Amino acid sequence: MGAAAFVWPLISQMNPDASTIAAGAPIEVDLSPIAVGQDIKVFWRGKPIYIMNRTKKQIDEARAVQISSLPDPESDQARVKEGHDNWLVVIGICTHLGCVPLAHEGNYDGFFCPCHGSQYDSSGRIRQGPAPANLPIPPYKFVSDTKVQIG
Amino acid sequence: MSGPSTYQPQNGFLKWLETRLPIGGLIHSSFVAYPTPRNLNYWWTFGGILSMMLALQIVTGIILAMHYTPHVDMAFNSVEAIVRDVNYGWLLRNMHAAGASMFFIAVYIHMFRGLYYGSYKAPREVLWILGVIIYLLMMATGFMGYVLPWGQMSFWGATVITNLFSAIPYVGESIVTLLWGGYSVGNPTLNRFFSLHYLLPFVIAGVVVLHVWALHVAGQNNPAGVEPKTEKDTVPFTPYATIKDGFGMACFLIFFAWFIFYMPNYLGDAENYVQANPGVTPAHIVPEWYYLPFYAILRSIPSKLGGVIAMFSAIIVLAFLPWLDSAKTRSLRYRPLAKQFFWIFVVICVLLGWLGGKPAEGVYVTVGRILTFCYFAYFLIVLPILSRIETPRAVPNSIADDVLAKSGKKAVASIAVALLAGAALLTGGVQQAKAADHSENPPSLSWSFAGPFGKFDRGALQRGYKVYKEVCATCHSMNLVHFRNLADEGGPGFTPAQAAAVAAEYKVQDGPNDAGEMFERPGRVADKFPAPFPNENAARASNGGAAPPDLSLIAKARSYERGFPQFIFDFFTQFQEQGPNYIDAILQGYADNPPAGVTIPEGAYYNKYFPGHAIKMPKPLSNDQVTYDDGTPQTVAQYAHDVSTFLMWAAEPHLEARKRLGMQVMIFLIIFAGLLYFTKKKVWANAH
Repeated sequence: MGAAAFVWPLISQMNPDASTIAAGAPIEVDLSPIAVGQDIKVFWRGKPIYIMNRTKKQIDEARAVQISSLPDPESDQARVKEGHDNWLVVIGICTHLGCVPLAHEGNYDGFFCPCHGSQYDSSGRIRQGPAPANLPIPPYKFVSDTKVQIG
Repeated sequence: MSGPSTYQPQNGFLKWLETRLPIGGLIHSSFVAYPTPRNLNYWWTFGGILSMMLALQIVTGIILAMHYTPHVDMAFNSVEAIVRDVNYGWLLRNMHAAGASMFFIAVYIHMFRGLYYGSYKAPREVLWILGVIIYLLMMATGFMGYVLPWGQMSFWGATVITNLFSAIPYVGESIVTLLWGGYSVGNPTLNRFFSLHYLLPFVIAGVVVLHVWALHVAGQNNPAGVEPKTEKDTVPFTPYATIKDGFGMACFLIFFAWFIFYMPNYLGDAENYVQANPGVTPAHIVPEWYYLPFYAILRSIPSKLGGVIAMFSAIIVLAFLPWLDSAKTRSLRYRPLAKQFFWIFVVICVLLGWLGGKPAEGVYVTVGRILTFCYFAYFLIVLPILSRIETPRAVPNSIADDVLAKSGKKAVASIAVALLAGAALLTGGVQQAKAADHSENPPSLSWSFAGPFGKFDRGALQRGYKVYKEVCATCHSMNLVHFRNLADEGGPGFTPAQAAAVAAEYKVQDGPNDAGEMFERPGRVADKFPAPFPNENAARASNGGAAPPDLSLIAKARSYERGFPQFIFDFFTQFQEQGPNYIDAILQGYADNPPAGVTIPEGAYYNKYFPGHAIKMPKPLSNDQVTYDDGTPQTVAQYAHDVSTFLMWAAEPHLEARKRLGMQVMIFLIIFAGLLYFTKKKVWANAH
């Protein structure tokens, strides 16, 4: 018991410290400068977050695919906020080994990871390559039509 | 460690010490009287070489740690400060960086030697397993060490490797957060890696002591694989093994020095001369060459968890080798079938290493899967079956018989072959690892600073400085170069007064003064060249979205693939000039009209040698743009050549000192190795 109690602080100290956690507070992002077909990359908790203003074509492609055929089945509707269907907000970290995928590249009009060739579609879902899961969606909400809060 | 000591100290003090702490007896029995099989070949010298490398890495590492700053904002520059400003800092850094690769070359030879001669078989199982543990510790240490310079490959290598742990079900993500000390690789990660990188070598040293202890209990294996039976089978460690190991070490040091002094960047990745940037992943992430085979195994398994398990299994399987291969005959010399499979296995490992440097796509994935299967099949299928069905040839009765039966002296030749093979292998991995971009390679130009006697052309440096100042410096910074460097030995050859005059032309911000305000003053020699933009975002905004890169290291941070077999010749010709070739080619590679089929986006320009061909920098040079006072032709070609020379100096200010010292060291080492060789021949004359 005593030994375990002593080891706990030694391990716990490795976790993010108070300042790191504090720096991970929510951020607000203005969407008005992002034109259709463009995207921006913002950093939250040291992670790149892609905010993509999708074109009609991208949305249609994402919704046309048969969901059961996907490696990590998830509908496009479930990955965006209702009423803001053109906005895709995903954490730009490949679920394989953590590289930053490039936006608007690859065969699916979405993201392409240059490290090990994983390809994501315009909904950030894994379509091809070694990554096991879709690009994660960070917690976010629309404060207004042109502003989101991430975190 | 081998029975009661026969050590009899003569000196009074040593007698006194021996009755209180029998360390003299321990050393005497372990490293002097210790019986070594007399038929050992040069492959056995790698044990000694590895001890030497461990000691060298610890010594250079401790010194580097005195100058290094483990902070994300300062680590990259502190490494450059070591190389540029610390006395002999470039030497220590090159030794430590190339030393890691040498350490791994030696350990791979050591391991293959153990595999070939069955050194893992009873009674040496524990000795072998301790070796596998050392190897694992070495990999961890090497990985953390590579993170410390905080270049792009450091950062992204750390990201990829730490993410391996996220494959663990349920707790993976928490473990990764624990490893990082944050939500991504960052300052806490760098700090703890530094701490552990300092600690682990001493852990390795501890396990090495156990390894040597186990070795001295079981005794050394030997090429014949039969245990020593009589006095005739062995020779005392000193002088026989000592002198032979000494000669082996001297030869290895020559090979090592070749990298330290002439090819310091040959084994590294140019991308690591770019400071870490969490927002940009390099096009092609490759680990250091020594991890490539395992990286290939990781990538060839389609499932994430499966890949990670396969990669770790590929190393762990080694620990079970003593039980997987149950054949009684140790040495593959007497197992003709197993010998063939051994060499096939070596080829598989090399091919896996080559694949590890290739992008994971298309045919490479298929080949990777086949080779991964072959790798495991060797241990799990081939060796167990062979050990049951193969009829070995007769082994010699004793080591003495083995020595008498052999007349040839292939040892020196074989070590030379080994070093060459090692070099070729290495370069194969490294060069293949560099990203293949489908643009044309820049032409190879002749540079005065190339080769073992290379020196900068002072005139070219001075003209290049002029071009830099009048053209490049309007957009590009050069943050690591100071005005004082202009007067440094091996540089453009300014006098200290001239350098001070150059500095005084600039305005430098300083402060705060007594009133708490920032003020401007004329530059001093201790200042660095001021950047044209206050920060990167300002630079990006003023240049159409593409920030002009800092030029301090550009001549080392840009490279291109040389291809097979060119990279093998490069090792011998000491070719290190990809950077200057590239810069020169870029400056001259502009064309007004792109060739048919190439579309250049708005705001970009066509450049034949730029990866992707669309460069944001407008054509910077035109004829007669910069006035030369010394009558040199004022052409774009001449400007490009001069400014490339200048930027090479900016990236590698101690290049001349490095090559000069290298020649002295080489001459010394070759003479020293020669003397050791003849001493060894004399010592061994009556033992053969």
